[in-house]
Amino acid sequence: MTVTAASEPVVRPGLSPRQRARRSRAIQYTILVVIVVVAAFTADWRQIVDVFFKPDLMKEAFEEGLLSALVRTLVYTAGAFVLGLVAGTVLALMRLSQVAPYRWFSMAYIEFFRGLPAIVVFIAFSLLPLAFEGLRIPFDPYGTVWLALGIVAAAYMAEVIRAGIQAVPKGQVEAARSLGMPPGTAMRKILLPQAFRIVLPPLTNDLILLVKDSSLVFIIGTSATAFELTGFGRDMANSVSNLTPLVTAGFCYLLITLPLGILVRRLEAKAAKAR
Amino acid sequence: MTTESETAVRPVVEIKNLHKSFGDNHVLRGIDFTVRQGEVVCVIGPSGSGKSTLLRCVNLLEVPQQGQVLVRGEDITDPDCHLDAARQQIGMVFQQFNLFPHLTALVNCTVAQTTVLKRKPAEADRIARANLERVGLSEKITAFPAQLSGGQQQRVAIARALSMDPALMLFDEPTSALDPELVGDVLTVMRKLALDGMTMLVVTHEMAFAREVADRVVFMDGGVIVEQGPPADVIGNPSHERTRTFLRRVLDPTHVEPTA
Ligand SMILES: Nc1ncnc2c1ncn2[C@@H]1O[C@H](COP(=O)(O)OP(=O)(O)O)[C@@H](O)[C@H]1O
Ligand SMILES: [Mg+2]
Repeated sequence: MTVTAASEPVVRPGLSPRQRARRSRAIQYTILVVIVVVAAFTADWRQIVDVFFKPDLMKEAFEEGLLSALVRTLVYTAGAFVLGLVAGTVLALMRLSQVAPYRWFSMAYIEFFRGLPAIVVFIAFSLLPLAFEGLRIPFDPYGTVWLALGIVAAAYMAEVIRAGIQAVPKGQVEAARSLGMPPGTAMRKILLPQAFRIVLPPLTNDLILLVKDSSLVFIIGTSATAFELTGFGRDMANSVSNLTPLVTAGFCYLLITLPLGILVRRLEAKAAKAR
Repeated sequence: MTTESETAVRPVVEIKNLHKSFGDNHVLRGIDFTVRQGEVVCVIGPSGSGKSTLLRCVNLLEVPQQGQVLVRGEDITDPDCHLDAARQQIGMVFQQFNLFPHLTALVNCTVAQTTVLKRKPAEADRIARANLERVGLSEKITAFPAQLSGGQQQRVAIARALSMDPALMLFDEPTSALDPELVGDVLTVMRKLALDGMTMLVVTHEMAFAREVADRVVFMDGGVIVEQGPPADVIGNPSHERTRTFLRRVLDPTHVEPTA
């Protein structure tokens, strides 16, 4: 190619655009096949299955309490979600308040906890009982986990909910106000119900993140009786020197998060259609 | 009880020297006018002349910079005025309907009754049904706004406003967002309301409606009232050139102005 060619229309003699696309696809498929073949012949599949997917260890994991660990993950997540939702709504309303100090507090809170790795919050919670002697958070260990997860979740959800409230068309408030509704009533009866509908997909996304973040519980140092999936998988994988229990626990996460992911896509498609 | 002649002249709305600006844009430049009990006043005028702004000032959706709006003698521009109480007496119907999409037609009509007027649910329900019947939609009470045509939505919006027993109804181009074949239903409802003696302030481009239903027509241009009077005068025999120009455009949209 010469330098002057750039200014001319890019028509290469010989191949039409369709032929070039076909050739490019053929090259990509060839690369794929080569990689698969090489992997199939070089990897030690016996070893891989033995370390990651050992059937009798999977069975043992169930017998050792995988299901109760799954339930605990669900309970940790659900409690934190409810807490985050309530606190997030309050923060969102503060963010939109007429009273400036409320706005400042909410903004500071949101920026602080969104910027902080969740793991730092969990480490802080693990140290709290040392720092404040005799401090007891109710519903131990659930209360601690809900608080630690909920505090972070509230920051994320507040931003989502605020955006949802602001996405409700302006005419809705005007209609409510013109009927004589005070601002609070208009918010509760008209704006919030519509806002939550709008933010259902992103809120479900936050729920997925929460399911995963609940794995950070092990940092608080819960006892074996309070293990959720990750804690359980790690503990058992350690004791049997095999990764299968951890992989099994990992599949349990997917069992929760994949349907939620599908739900999000459904909700988004529905919202796009309604628009 | 007031006598016939007294109610006939009692002003529901009095607007005095109203000014409203958006930034540098001086939209309302000193509006004075009155709507008396039982009167139907149609506001006409070119787009951008401030008709919507004027209407929105009457229930303080827009806050004027200067002047007064008196609703049944109470100055609602006074910061100490109980604005929500004043707004209960003023029903508003919007160009884009603004129905609450998450509530059924019936609940659209009850939600403000129960929360604002503190009516018992059964009573609110009865009043809402009566008003939905009044606008010809008794069959649609359980429908959500998205399941209704534009004309039906606008009639629900009228029923919603009527359910508050307003002393005055504001209409901001209620048929402008409708398909032409649905305009008639809404106008029929409004005509019936006028016959029932409702006090109405209507921004509209429907000249036939204004001519037939209005007691008075107000022509606005450039943020001022250019002329007002009985429809036969303002529409039939306008005295200002600006009114004539506007009416020529509205009544004959295909008409081409000689180069202005
Ligand atoms: N919320 C607003 N912010 C800024 N400008 C506005 C707003 N509402 C109306 N205006 C301006 O005020 C003028 C009059 O608008 P409007 O009252 O809607 O006129 P009309 O209803 O007669 O068409 C227009 O120039 C419009 O751009
Ligand atoms: Mg307008």
